[in-house]
Amino acid sequence: MIPLLLKRLLHGIIVLWIVATLTFLLLRVAPGGPFDSDRKLPPEVIANLEAKYHLDEPVWQQYFRYLVGIAQGDFGPSYKYLDRGVTQIIADTLPTSALLGALAVLFALLISFPTGLLAAYYRNSIIDRLCMLLATLGISLPNFILGALLIWAIALKLGWLYAARWDQWTSAILPMITLGAAPAAYLAALLRSTLIDTFAEDFVRTARAKGLKESTVIVKHALCHSLIPVLTVMGPLVAALLTGSFVVEFVFAIPGMGRFFITAVTDRDYPLIMGVTLVYTAILVSANFLVDVLYSYVDPRIRTH
Amino acid sequence: MNADPNTQPSYVSPLLGASTTFVAIVLLSAFLAPWISPYGVGGLEERILLESPSWAHWMGTDGLGRDLLTRVLYGARVSMTVGLGTALIALVIGTAYGLIAGFKGGNWDHFMMRVVDIFYGLPDMLIFILLSLVFGRNIGGLLVALGLVTWVRFARVARGQVLQAKEFLFVESATALGASRRRILLLHILPNIVGPIIVTLTFSIPSAILAESTLSFIGIGINDPYSSWGTSWGTLAQDGYRAMRSYPHVIAFPAAAIFFTILSFNTLGNGLRDILDPKQR
Repeated sequence: MIPLLLKRLLHGIIVLWIVATLTFLLLRVAPGGPFDSDRKLPPEVIANLEAKYHLDEPVWQQYFRYLVGIAQGDFGPSYKYLDRGVTQIIADTLPTSALLGALAVLFALLISFPTGLLAAYYRNSIIDRLCMLLATLGISLPNFILGALLIWAIALKLGWLYAARWDQWTSAILPMITLGAAPAAYLAALLRSTLIDTFAEDFVRTARAKGLKESTVIVKHALCHSLIPVLTVMGPLVAALLTGSFVVEFVFAIPGMGRFFITAVTDRDYPLIMGVTLVYTAILVSANFLVDVLYSYVDPRIRTH
Repeated sequence: MNADPNTQPSYVSPLLGASTTFVAIVLLSAFLAPWISPYGVGGLEERILLESPSWAHWMGTDGLGRDLLTRVLYGARVSMTVGLGTALIALVIGTAYGLIAGFKGGNWDHFMMRVVDIFYGLPDMLIFILLSLVFGRNIGGLLVALGLVTWVRFARVARGQVLQAKEFLFVESATALGASRRRILLLHILPNIVGPIIVTLTFSIPSAILAESTLSFIGIGINDPYSSWGTSWGTLAQDGYRAMRSYPHVIAFPAAAIFFTILSFNTLGNGLRDILDPKQR
């Protein structure tokens, strides 16, 4: 098991290095620079700016400086925000995004498990159809549309919550639903089909035959067995949440990392783009790593491979 | 994902017809937008800004007095081009890649699929945004970027299918009869993996449409809000979002267009998967 995890860890580090290199190269060849503006700057000013940001050095030297910086947790200076570096911006905004993401995961799990279980247990009933219709709609509804819909209905028409504020715990409700809805729908549908397969397995019948309580059969035998497929999609799900988060942060005007990323893209603030991309990738890589660990814990067969 | 006919939700089939019809309508409006709409796409009527839906303007007018129905019809061009274009680019690259990896096997396969794994592990929306910075925020750049992100899906499916197909008896006998590798790959294996590829194709269209409209909504998609060729539904929804409090119709119609198009393609994909899955026959 330990060698497998080491291999996975190495794989993750390689992914991070590739992403770092790729973003570095891509942004070097991207047309247009951060200092392009309508007003033509004098050449001396440009030269000074380039010297300040080490843009006058050869590319390989910039690349090396950048990699060494990352290894030390320093993503360099931002082109737009002169008072704080990229690392500081990320440190300021990441907690907000992480909180939102964690709430969305919690929401998705709390909604999907009962729904999937209910649909599978009463399969082909009206409950099942209703649940799965909702799931199909949820999977197809883009989160920016859901967000706009919730703002319009709950905040503007009903006036129950504020739309674009982030100063009390109720401000998190609508963004949490918006971000968590699609994962919830996806997980519910997945759980339903897995559980239906599991309910037909011999060991479930045996458990019933030996007279166990129905709730024990469902929770201890069926549900635990169905966790494995759910775990496998957790990686892609975290990825979906990550990219979803910058849409939701945009719609609800939440001061998280995603909103800074969008501004950085329009500003062509390259160091900030590279930094945020790397942090996102690191989160994704760690999530996949965690899934691998959990996976080998849940399914003993994997440990031996 | 699951092949047991009993586990397929039975609501799929009645929706299938409706979805096919809706996809056809969207495709038709993409092709025929200039002939369907009585208003020009650039036609401004300054006296009827933000008018609610009426007989003259079925979807109302937008903030510049443009007929919203016309803009939504023209927007279908953007969505369909992005959806179909991305799917086709990814199909060609990914399938070829997966076929070669699966067919060569051994170390080649191992290395090639490692590359796919790495691509798969990347946050695709971010990669896509980075690529669009390089290729430019136009439809062509968007297609290249989306295609580069989507191809891995096809590579995985194609490779998995080839590995299965290689075990078929008729492939073995073709090999035994001395058929060339190329002949086996193109004549015997390719036709047998078409089903899952078509399903993947159908599902990658709505993801591309979703990605494009999302990026346009947050303002980093196609950078051409006054195009006479067609404006993205995402951009239209963004316009409406700002006026949502007083004029909800401006966001409602583009949003509905996006939602129903994605829903229809997803339903179509589910239906095709049920029909084409060989295990069900």
